[in-house]
Amino acid sequence: MKKIIKYVVLDILRNRIVLAYTVFLFIISLSVFNLEDNAAKGLLSLLNIILIIVPLISIIFSTIYVYNSTEFIELLVSQPVKRTGLLLSIFTGLAISLLLAFLVGAGLPILIYSASGAGFMMIFVGLALTLVFVSLAVLASVITRDKAKGIGVAILLWFYFALIYDGIILFILFQFSDYPMEKVTIGFSALNPIDLGRIMILLKLDIAAMMGYTGAVFKDFFGGFWGILYALLVMLLWVFLPVWLTVRKFNRKDL
Amino acid sequence: MMMLLLLPHLVFSKTWRVSRQGPIASIQSAVNQAAAGDTILVEKGIYLEKGLLIGKPLFLKGLNMPVLDGEHKYEIVSIKSDGVTLEGFDFRNSGFSGWNDVAGIKIYDAKNVVIRSNRLENTFFGIYCQNAVHCTIINNTLHSNAADEIESGNGIHCWKCDSMQITGNTITGHRDGIYFEFVTHSLIEHNNSFNNVRYGLHFMFSHNDTYKNNVFNNNGSGVSVMFSHGVNMLGNTFERSQGGSAYGILMKEITDSHAEANHFSNNTCGIYMEGTTRIMVTGNTFDGNGWAMKIQASCSDNTITGNNFKGNTFDVATNGSLVLSRFSRNYWDKYEGYDLNRDGVGDIPYRPVSLYSMIAEKNPTTMMLFRSFIVSLLDKAEKMIPSMTPVDMKDDTPIMKPLTL
Repeated sequence: MKKIIKYVVLDILRNRIVLAYTVFLFIISLSVFNLEDNAAKGLLSLLNIILIIVPLISIIFSTIYVYNSTEFIELLVSQPVKRTGLLLSIFTGLAISLLLAFLVGAGLPILIYSASGAGFMMIFVGLALTLVFVSLAVLASVITRDKAKGIGVAILLWFYFALIYDGIILFILFQFSDYPMEKVTIGFSALNPIDLGRIMILLKLDIAAMMGYTGAVFKDFFGGFWGILYALLVMLLWVFLPVWLTVRKFNRKDL
Repeated sequence: MMMLLLLPHLVFSKTWRVSRQGPIASIQSAVNQAAAGDTILVEKGIYLEKGLLIGKPLFLKGLNMPVLDGEHKYEIVSIKSDGVTLEGFDFRNSGFSGWNDVAGIKIYDAKNVVIRSNRLENTFFGIYCQNAVHCTIINNTLHSNAADEIESGNGIHCWKCDSMQITGNTITGHRDGIYFEFVTHSLIEHNNSFNNVRYGLHFMFSHNDTYKNNVFNNNGSGVSVMFSHGVNMLGNTFERSQGGSAYGILMKEITDSHAEANHFSNNTCGIYMEGTTRIMVTGNTFDGNGWAMKIQASCSDNTITGNNFKGNTFDVATNGSLVLSRFSRNYWDKYEGYDLNRDGVGDIPYRPVSLYSMIAEKNPTTMMLFRSFIVSLLDKAEKMIPSMTPVDMKDDTPIMKPLTL
């Protein structure tokens, strides 16, 4: 298994896309911090990049990578290698290289310019979102045989989490505005890793505004130790659930 | 000539010494024996006076902070005479009452009373002035341990007073730090009011007062100024009033007032205005607040000019489309316009009300989606074609660079 992971990581590093992604993140982060006059505003600008770009690149790159290694997977499956181990190695390899890319590309500038609670939270959320979207990508590419369809599913998933879901929530919140929705929104936030990540960061960044009205509910819930633990568990669930589904599907799949 | 007039007083006034060991062991007996204008020096020790009553003009001075303990039962000192000075005492453990405002020091219908450099620990009300005129409360430290609004009293409480001077006090752990009701022509200066349960400063029906250079920090709901006119708020610092109904300053139904050179930072809402008329807001700095200002549609004729708005989540919010207040020459860090003729003033107006602040005002739960991609899209679209935000709420002359305040 170690060997396969090593092979996957080396393979990814060799094809330079991840390298380009790292450089891209690095340049954007640096320029954002240098353009804004204070680090807090820089973090805010970076917030949208991390919530939009990181999931997008993670899911698209991983999906394409899995499709492109179809032959490699077929070859290995014919060898005495367990399917579960094989799939997990591919997932781990992808995750390691993208996590590294994020850490170097965005994590380093954040640590340099804004090593605050908000900065650390942003790095944590970026890493978590990378993992979640790699695992969703692996799921998307295993459940569809057709490459075009698979990539389509991946893009749709990203689109759903980044945009459509929030639209639906906005609609629901307005439709039910006469009801106490504060507690419900905590539930909603768990159903979308991007939203959950954003709220965790906002609780560090816009703390004054978040203390008003509903924000106070979030603050009470996510502010303490149990809230952080809850968020961590939900994020982990978002990583492991797709991986588990993928493994189940892959083990029975006729390649 | 003045000296000659004062002379008889100096010659005939007498000094009394009170000490635990000495011939006069209780302050009350010294007060009873003394004549008007005498001085009473109190030596270090713990005195249980069971309600000290001062009924004539005396100068009471504590040497090395003697302790007056109210044993959780009594009002520690009641002042019922003009011209009393109280200095250098440590007042502890006043009584507590549900129907009577028991205080550490209470002034009843008196003039020219001075309360100076005392320490008040664990009192229900701290210093209570009732129908007092020309009194000075200076450099006292008040500390109590109020837990909720119902079972706690105010730090410095003034009711129906005139020409009071409240300077350099530190007040913490009370219900309201400083409370003013029907108080006129008074000055509140250089006080530090923090960690109080309700307001740092509470102002009702009090006209022509000034409060300046005070620090209000981390009080339950900040400062509130209501139903008053002619209030000057100068150079104060309002920090960390955070919560669902917490404001740096809550201004309700006040007129002809002036807020200048104040600093608002990290409050949920910097200034909240409701039903205010002719308020001048100038030279203030709003820094890192959730909402720098909330100006309700019931306000009219307010002028907001020459302020710095930096790093606030929302600059201005309102609850309707009617705008009767004017914005001009403020610095807004969110301004994205340009200045072609380089005169330091932006060429296109700045609209401080964002769509999402209107949405959040109507439906607070939507704060969950704040700063998400879809919300940024909505905000950008609204900036192009205003539909929900009030069209008249704008600063036609936004300043390009932060003002030096």
